[in-house]
Amino acid sequence: MDIFANLALGFSVALSPWTLTLAVIGCFLGTIIGALPGLGPSNGVAILIPITFTLGLDATAALVLLTSVYYGAMYGGRISSILLNIPGDEPAMMTTLDGYPMAKQGRAGEALVISGVASFVGALLATIALALVAPYLARIAYKFGPAEYFALYVLAFATLGGMASRNQAKAGLAALIGLAIATIGLDNNAGFDRFTGGNLHLSDGVDFLVAIVGLFAVAEVFFFIETHGRDSAVGVKLERVIVPWAEMWSTRWTMLRSSAVGFIAGVLPGAGASLGSFLTYMMEKGIAGEKGGFGTGVAKGVAAPEAGNNAAAGGALVPMLTLGVPGSGTTAVLLAVLMTLNITPGPTLFADRPEVVWGLIASLLIANFVLLLMNVPLVRVFVKVLMVPPAVLLPGVTMISFVGIYSLSGSYFDLVLMILFGVMGYAFRKMDIPTVPVILGILLGYQMENNLRHAMTLSGGEWTYLFSSPIAVGLWIFAAAGFIAPIFLRGMLRRPQVAEADKVTD
Amino acid sequence: MIRTDRVFGLVVILVALTYIVSAYNLPPGNLFDKLGPKAFPTIIGVGMIISAAVLVLRPDEEPEWPARPTLMALGFATVVLVAYAYALKPMGFLVPTAIAAGVLSYQITPHRRNAVLVGIGLSIGLFVIFKYALGLSLFAFPRSLTG
Repeated sequence: MDIFANLALGFSVALSPWTLTLAVIGCFLGTIIGALPGLGPSNGVAILIPITFTLGLDATAALVLLTSVYYGAMYGGRISSILLNIPGDEPAMMTTLDGYPMAKQGRAGEALVISGVASFVGALLATIALALVAPYLARIAYKFGPAEYFALYVLAFATLGGMASRNQAKAGLAALIGLAIATIGLDNNAGFDRFTGGNLHLSDGVDFLVAIVGLFAVAEVFFFIETHGRDSAVGVKLERVIVPWAEMWSTRWTMLRSSAVGFIAGVLPGAGASLGSFLTYMMEKGIAGEKGGFGTGVAKGVAAPEAGNNAAAGGALVPMLTLGVPGSGTTAVLLAVLMTLNITPGPTLFADRPEVVWGLIASLLIANFVLLLMNVPLVRVFVKVLMVPPAVLLPGVTMISFVGIYSLSGSYFDLVLMILFGVMGYAFRKMDIPTVPVILGILLGYQMENNLRHAMTLSGGEWTYLFSSPIAVGLWIFAAAGFIAPIFLRGMLRRPQVAEADKVTD
Repeated sequence: MIRTDRVFGLVVILVALTYIVSAYNLPPGNLFDKLGPKAFPTIIGVGMIISAAVLVLRPDEEPEWPARPTLMALGFATVVLVAYAYALKPMGFLVPTAIAAGVLSYQITPHRRNAVLVGIGLSIGLFVIFKYALGLSLFAFPRSLTG
């Protein structure tokens, strides 16, 4: 079978001592990043991109390191959810619902072990599913012309925007602002500047890394200044860690079901890991019924969202690798990683650079086993990390961001731009304007405009060309549905979530 | 009452209009690039105006902006960061980093001695990591001093 040959190629790339070392370092860093409140997979990976880039690692090595960080952060998010009732990142939110009650009953160790194993099951199954599904999707993606790609980008913005905010106008505006920023700089086809206001620094355009680090990392510092780091974790204790075999075995079907649902949620553009953990938790709660005791600290309540969000993290890689369209904030950051390394995701990636794709998939499988080892026996180490007070952590994150961006370009201009993005990120989050579509707009704007212009040149300026193939029409319909449907679904989806959270804090 | 969304919507509309006008001054397309450089920005600009108009007409509830002292603190943090950005090259890594990290630390948890320690510790610690472990080219002090 093809897949074994492909995986063999992947492991031959990923199993060198050097890449293994990087995977271990990445997993370790990632778990720490995920566990720390205020740092999650997106901003954690974001601040590491520029530094990895300046280290001069080759594409495979950098990819292994950063995806290990990504998977590690997905694992690590649960630690602060369970111990502090503070999700280390957004997808880990549902884990607080049963994880924290378990910790309050003195069963934090069990909750950490079960959720660690659930993360492993979810991520492992999703990585295998990724290896099976992605090549097929890549084959379909070959049929995509510029018109289809343009519709696909619209679809990505529409569904992401539909999910990300309570107000469609704000989500749309965020994406458009990102796209507008992407048009700044040298024109794609002709040799003149656009929208630079004569500023020479801007003629290269706005570097997406600057925007990502500003919006995700610097903005976080402002939030901590506002709250004075009230969410700090000093004084957390973890008594004993034992492996509750029987309890874990009782969650086996929960883990498997949640992995499947999470993977599908991840593949859908715009949905991502947060939806994965939400759907799986609600599903398992429904299956267990009143007697299940969800919300009071049951094992299934931590197993479901953790298997779900880690499976979704793997699933989200499918559209990102095959189509070049990320489905969530974290995969947008991974797309930024690939673009920084001059790798263009899409169907051609599977044909032209199989060693990158399969090396990545193999290193994800390796990362999973490393993470299982790290997160179950060594969980105490990471609990210690939670005690780093925010007054040390956040200045540290800021300085790392500055050095990273500075070493990329060596200019103060990018640093000031990064601070501006930080202020923007703070204000936007206050106003409930999602920042992920802004990032996605900056990342995809260039390609989106190129595809539109290419399509129009092919058709001789006939706009109906954009709707001329069945694939394109289908994508447009999905885009419209994805943008509009959340308006009606919101009442159903959001409300129980808020009610749940209230019940726990009461 | 002034609503944040209304003000923001109006600002966006103004920016978008400037953006569209600026796009109109770009050269037209040609045979090889039928659409030219102005069409895509124009679509974006019009979209921005439409969504911003929705914000003006149907603003959300007012966000919880922090009180004036906190806003001042945030403004001060921004100024410190910008000053840090400008100081990094001429003044070397150690001194500006220690000051900026110390100020931010103090702003998050107002404890003077700790803030000083955090500033100095982060500055030296990060310098050692970046310079010697990761091999980035950083200068500890102003280059004019060390030659």
